[in-house]
Amino acid sequence: MKLNFLIPILLLGFSCQKGSEASKKIPQELRMNLHGEPLCLDPRKANDVTSINVLGACFEGLMRLGEDRSLAFGVAKEVKVSEDLKTYIFSLRNATWSDGVPITAFDFMDSWLSILDPSFASEFAHELFIIKNAKAYREGKATKEEIGIKAIDNQTLEVQLEYPIPYFLDLVSIGYFYPVPSHIAKSNPLWAKKYSKDFVGNGPFKLAEWQHYNEITLIKNEAYWDKDKVKLQKIYLPIIQDVSTELSMYENGELDWAGAPFSSLPLDAIPTIIKKHTLETFPVAGVYYYVFNVQKHPFNNRHLRMAFALAIQRQTIIDNILQGKQEPALWFVPPVLWKEKRENSTFKDGDLIEAKKLFNLALKEMGKTKETLEPITLSYNTSEGHHKIAQAIQQQWKEAFGIDVKLENKEWKVFLDELNKHEFQVARLGGIASYNDPMSFLDEGVSSRSLWTNKAYTKLIEKAAITSDPKRREYDLKNAEDLLIEDMPYAPIYFYTYSYLKKPYVKGVKISNTGHFEFKYTYLETHD
Amino acid sequence: MTKFLLKKCSSLFFSLFLVATLTFFLMHAIPGDPFTQDKAIPEEIMQALKHHYGLDQPLFVQYLHYLKGIVTFDLGPSFKYEGRTVADIITQGFPISLTLGLESLAIAVFLGVTLGTLASFNHLKWQDQMVMFFAVLGVSLPSFIIATFLQYLFSMKLEIFPVARWGTFSQSVLPALSLAMLPAAFIARLTRSNMVEVLQQDYIQTARAKGLNTFQIAIKHVLRNALLPVVSFLGPLTAAILTGSFVIEKIFGIPGLGGWFVQSVVNRDYTVIMGTTLFYSACLMFCVLLVDILYCFIDPRIKKEM
Repeated sequence: MKLNFLIPILLLGFSCQKGSEASKKIPQELRMNLHGEPLCLDPRKANDVTSINVLGACFEGLMRLGEDRSLAFGVAKEVKVSEDLKTYIFSLRNATWSDGVPITAFDFMDSWLSILDPSFASEFAHELFIIKNAKAYREGKATKEEIGIKAIDNQTLEVQLEYPIPYFLDLVSIGYFYPVPSHIAKSNPLWAKKYSKDFVGNGPFKLAEWQHYNEITLIKNEAYWDKDKVKLQKIYLPIIQDVSTELSMYENGELDWAGAPFSSLPLDAIPTIIKKHTLETFPVAGVYYYVFNVQKHPFNNRHLRMAFALAIQRQTIIDNILQGKQEPALWFVPPVLWKEKRENSTFKDGDLIEAKKLFNLALKEMGKTKETLEPITLSYNTSEGHHKIAQAIQQQWKEAFGIDVKLENKEWKVFLDELNKHEFQVARLGGIASYNDPMSFLDEGVSSRSLWTNKAYTKLIEKAAITSDPKRREYDLKNAEDLLIEDMPYAPIYFYTYSYLKKPYVKGVKISNTGHFEFKYTYLETHD
Repeated sequence: MTKFLLKKCSSLFFSLFLVATLTFFLMHAIPGDPFTQDKAIPEEIMQALKHHYGLDQPLFVQYLHYLKGIVTFDLGPSFKYEGRTVADIITQGFPISLTLGLESLAIAVFLGVTLGTLASFNHLKWQDQMVMFFAVLGVSLPSFIIATFLQYLFSMKLEIFPVARWGTFSQSVLPALSLAMLPAAFIARLTRSNMVEVLQQDYIQTARAKGLNTFQIAIKHVLRNALLPVVSFLGPLTAAILTGSFVIEKIFGIPGLGGWFVQSVVNRDYTVIMGTTLFYSACLMFCVLLVDILYCFIDPRIKKEM
C-alpha cells in the first residue's frame, strides 16, 4: 500500500529513460533538396552546382576543405613546393576507392590527362593550361609525355606549372582535379553515367541510388580513409524544383534544410520566413553586378559609367528586396577572397550628389543634354529577383538623373547570346568564384563581357600571375582592382550571401568560400 | 474501315514528318546552343565541344542525320545530360506522366459526368447552380493555385497527404486532383448542356411513358447520346493532360516527362527537344485517331459513312 505512490514515479522514470534512449538513437540521415538533376557525375566534365556538390561528397582531391574551413590534406598527406612555386610534389596517403582498390598517383595523372584529350570533350580543358605544356599539347606542339604531370610511383605525384600559382593547392581540392578510378574507367567508359556497382568514388560518401529527376541517395563510404570523422550514415537528396514546395516540405518536417547552396528561398516569402524561422546567412565569394558595354555610345564615356554606378542605392535594395544580409559591393572582388581586407572604396554607396556631378560632366563631354541622350536599356535574364532589382535601380536612376531607363528581360540563353555578341548597353551578371583567389574575378575574363581593356591593368595582372611573392601579388591585384573601379566597366551591386533554413539539430555544417557544401563533418544532434 | 485506318495512319506519319522538320529548324533558329554559358570558354574548347556532338556540320547535314536517326528509332544522346539517351529519358519519364495523367483523367471523367448528369436532371434548381458554380471555379482557377491550396489544406493543415514527391499512391492524390479540376469542370459543363438537350427529345418522353425510372433513362438513353461530344473532347484532353502536366510535376516534384520537355528547351538540348516534341505529337495524334475509332462504336451512323 505504501509503495502505491511510487508506481507512477517509477513509470514516469522508465518512460523518461525510454524517451532519452529513443532520442539518442537518432538516425544520422540528412534530408536536403537537391533542386535539380545533376547534369553529369563525371568529375572531369561536371560544371553545374548540383553535380559539383554531389561529387564533393563522393570524391576527394589531393586537398579538401578542413573542419575549420581552411584547406586540409585530402588524398595527399604531404606536399613539397619548390621555391619558385612552380613544382609541387604530392605524397599520397594509403587511401582506397570505395571498392577497396588502392588510389594511386596514376589515377590522378590519367584523370587529368584525359581532360586534356581533345576527343574527351571537357569544358575544363583550358583550366588545366596552367600545367606545363598542357596548352602546347592541346595545340599539337607537345607530346603527352611532355605535360607536367608525372606519377613518379604509386604514392608520389609531381606537377609542374607554367607559372607560379599560389592558389594551386586550392585548385586541387575542386571537381575537375579529383581522380577518377582508372581501373574502372578503362574497362567501362560509361561508369559515371548512371548508378551501378561501377560508380566508384573515394570521398566520405558513395552513391547508393540515383533515380533521375527524383532522388539521389548517398551512404557513408566505409572504405574512406577518414571514416571516423564521418557521422552521417545516409543523405537523401530529393529533387524538387519548386522552391515554395521545398519550403512547405521543410515546414512540414519532410526536409532538414531549405535554401542555398543547392536551391534558394522564395523571395516573396522572405519577410514571413524571418518572422517564423531563424534565417541563416553565410557570405560567399560572389558578386552581383551590372556590366556596361564600353565599346558603344553612351557607355564608352567613363564619367557616365561612374555616375550610373554611384547612383545605385545598394543598401536600400538589400534591405527591401534581398533581405539576406548581403553586403553592398563597393569593390568588384568579394572581401572573403583577400588575405588582408580592403580599406574603404573610392566611391560611396548611393552618392547622389557626386553621381549628378559626374552625369552632368559626362553630358558635357558628349555634347548632349539629358533630353537628347539616347534611350538606355537595362537587360537581364527573366527572373523575379533580377526584375525587382532592375525596377529599383530604374527608379533610382530616374530620381538621380531624371531619365527613363527601359527594362528588357530575356530568356537565359537568348540573353547570353546577346551578351556574347555584345548587343547590349547595360546588362546584369553575377557569379561565384571558381576558386578561392581574387584572380578568379580579375583574370582575362574581365574584358570578355564589357570589352573593356586597360594596358596598365593587363600589366598588373600579368605581373601578379608570375610573381612568387604572395604579398607583392596581392598588392598588384589590389592595384588592378583599383583601376577597374576607377574605369567602372562594371557597377558592382552586392556581395552574395547564402540564405538558408536548417533544423536546429543539423550541426557541423561547413560551406566553402566558393559555395561548396561539405557533408563530411555534418551530423544530426540528439533531438526529440 | 481498313481504308479509313490506312488513310488516317498515312496522314499521321506525314504530320509527324512536318513536326520533325519544323521543330528542327525552329529550334536551331532560336539564339543560343547547348554550350552557351555565362562563363567565357575559349573558342578552341567551344569548337572541340561542337565537333564532338556534330554541331559544327552544316544544318542540312545535321537535319538529314537526324531524320535517319528517327527512321532507325535512334533519337540520339542528350547533349546536356551526359550519357543519357533520349530513349532513356522517354522510357523513364513517360510512364510516370502517363500514370498521373490517367489518374487525373479518371477523376475528371467521373467527377465531370456525375456532376453534369446531376445538374441536368435538376436543371435550374439549386443542385444545378452549385455544380455550375464549382465548374466556373474549376475553369477559372489555374492548376498551380489549386495545387498550392490542396498542399496547404491536405498536407500542411490536415496532414493527410505528403506535400510532394512521387512513388506511393498517397503522393499521387494531390497532383492528380490538381490536374483533374479544369477538365472535370469542362466535362461537367459539356455533359450538362448535352443532357439538357437530349432530355427534351421525344424518345425520352416515350421512355418515361413506358415507366422507366430516372436512372435507367439516364444510363440507357441519355448518356449514350449526350456523351458523344464528351468523347470527342477526350482525345485532345488526354494529350493535353499528358503534355500539360509540367507545372503540376514541378510543384509536386514528380519526375515525369513534362520537366524534361521544358528543361530541354531551356538547355537547348537539341536531341531531347526533338525527341520529346515528336513523342508528344505522336501521342496527340494517336489519341485523336483513337477517338475517331471510338466514334464508330458509339454512333453506328458514323461507321456507315466511313
